[in-house]
Amino acid sequence: MTGNTALDITIIILRAVVALLLILGPVPILIYFERKVSALIQDRTGPNRAHIGPFRLAGMVFFLADAVKLLFKEDLTPGRVNRFYFYLAPFIIVTVAFSTFAIVPWADTLVIGDAAVPMQALSLNAGLLWFFALASLTVYGVVLAGWASNSKYSLLGAIRSTAQMISYEIPMGLSIIGILMTFGTLQLNEMVIQQGRMLEVLGVTLPIPAWGIFLQPLGFIIFLVAAFAETNRNPFDMVEDESALVAGFHTEYSSMKFALIFLGEYAAILVSSAIITTLFLGGWQVPYLPTETLIANAALLIQITLGLGTVLLALATFRLYKWYRDMQGQFGDIRDQEGLWLAVITGGLALGCAAALGFFMAVPLPAWGGAVFAMLAQFGIFMAKVMFIAFVFIWVRWTLPRFRYDQVMDLGWKKLLPLALANILITGIGLVLVQSL
Amino acid sequence: MKVARPKRDWAEQVYLIAIIKGMGITIRHFLANLVRPSRIETLQYPEQTKDMPAGYRGKHRLTKREDDTVRCVACFMCATACPADCIHIVAEDVGDNTVEKAPASFDIDLLKCVFCGMCVEACPVDAIRMDSGQYTIADFNRKDFVITKEELMAVEPALPKSMQQK
Repeated sequence: MTGNTALDITIIILRAVVALLLILGPVPILIYFERKVSALIQDRTGPNRAHIGPFRLAGMVFFLADAVKLLFKEDLTPGRVNRFYFYLAPFIIVTVAFSTFAIVPWADTLVIGDAAVPMQALSLNAGLLWFFALASLTVYGVVLAGWASNSKYSLLGAIRSTAQMISYEIPMGLSIIGILMTFGTLQLNEMVIQQGRMLEVLGVTLPIPAWGIFLQPLGFIIFLVAAFAETNRNPFDMVEDESALVAGFHTEYSSMKFALIFLGEYAAILVSSAIITTLFLGGWQVPYLPTETLIANAALLIQITLGLGTVLLALATFRLYKWYRDMQGQFGDIRDQEGLWLAVITGGLALGCAAALGFFMAVPLPAWGGAVFAMLAQFGIFMAKVMFIAFVFIWVRWTLPRFRYDQVMDLGWKKLLPLALANILITGIGLVLVQSL
Repeated sequence: MKVARPKRDWAEQVYLIAIIKGMGITIRHFLANLVRPSRIETLQYPEQTKDMPAGYRGKHRLTKREDDTVRCVACFMCATACPADCIHIVAEDVGDNTVEKAPASFDIDLLKCVFCGMCVEACPVDAIRMDSGQYTIADFNRKDFVITKEELMAVEPALPKSMQQK
């Protein structure tokens, strides 16, 4: 809080907007990942033809084509649907997914002079409870969509989703109790700060950061599995189950309403990844470099980053130019020029990096420079971790077949629930032992 | 008959070990294809085409004599042999005693054709062949799929790339 009301309100709005963009921005990347990763895993090439001018960007342009297609498709509402709930359901799914992200911190509190700005949209003391409260609301969107559609496939999908999401919420909630006992707080930012320390076992400091995954390995596995079930991803996508239920709860949706549901699903994956990152993978913590170190050595670290960036971009330029030479005449149109254009762009960026390096070597950093750099570095590492977990979601989807419905229930109630309870017991014993020693 | 259910041992019952093994297999494919895309056997279709084997039955063509007249003698053997009844010939007298007849029109309805090659087998004078190698026959209109004598004569033969002389 800065003391200036107008500035405070602006900052609060900015934080909310950034949180929204952090979900909206990576969703197209995730959809691109889904296509490309699935293709490469199955020995296919995946999307590679759509282009804007010469740019194909290895198929990344496809999501624009998709968006345009979904925007201009006929928005069909079947005759016997319950219109109010039918229209409401996609909005619930999207709103819930977006607002869940509000409590996730994407960097340490930014301190410039006297002002401290928390880098999360909503700095709640009940942080994790907010996540659970909202995550359990997702099921309303799915159930409403299925029920209002007035179609048996949608209804079956919705019923499955209710049972599945409620079942897996229990092991998920219980697996978190271990984390809460270890960190002793519900504040997500507080948890991340605690994960910046090194792991201590019996008074010996190990060169491993004290991330949740090392403190709570069992809890991590349970939470990950439950997160797959909560986001209705393979191997738990009983809700869609296209081989049995056409498309499950969104069978009757088309055009932008379908796009909203689709967006909500991927947003839910991102939010789950962000929560997993925050709880178990050290959130925004750069391994071995706590915030103070980052701020103190900002000038040196900026120079190292820019130097590395220059070298890598220069290498990329040569690689792209070689690719351009090799690819001549493959398409016989403007797409053949892509490598050249990309080489020009990366070459320009490399020069820019080199110029910035020179600038930062000549001019000393201002007082707030270190804090801003630390924020950017932590933000970058946070996004990298989130995208990695999102990649794991996709990777698992294209590896495993779908569970049968009774197997899903069996795993949730008979395996994960006792395991989660055992995890609480083990954590409790461990904590008592550590404190009494 | 009684079929024994396969027993799953402890490691399989836990799922996780098998899942990690499976993920190992998929990530190996992913990384190998990412590093070396040439390993992927996908054909970039319109730019690259598949090399059809010798003897592949594509779009029909009518062969020509050395003086560029049609070799067909309008004997109706192909139309008789055709199981899909897609060949329609109208014969005319050419006033040449060695040939006697030639087709005034020779239409093949490609939408009816089943590409069985019986017409080629039946022809006594080697006038109809299916060695064009053309398998992408597309149009906007049903009546454009009925190809006439002139169009059939214009179709060029194509040897598979492996058999072409360099």
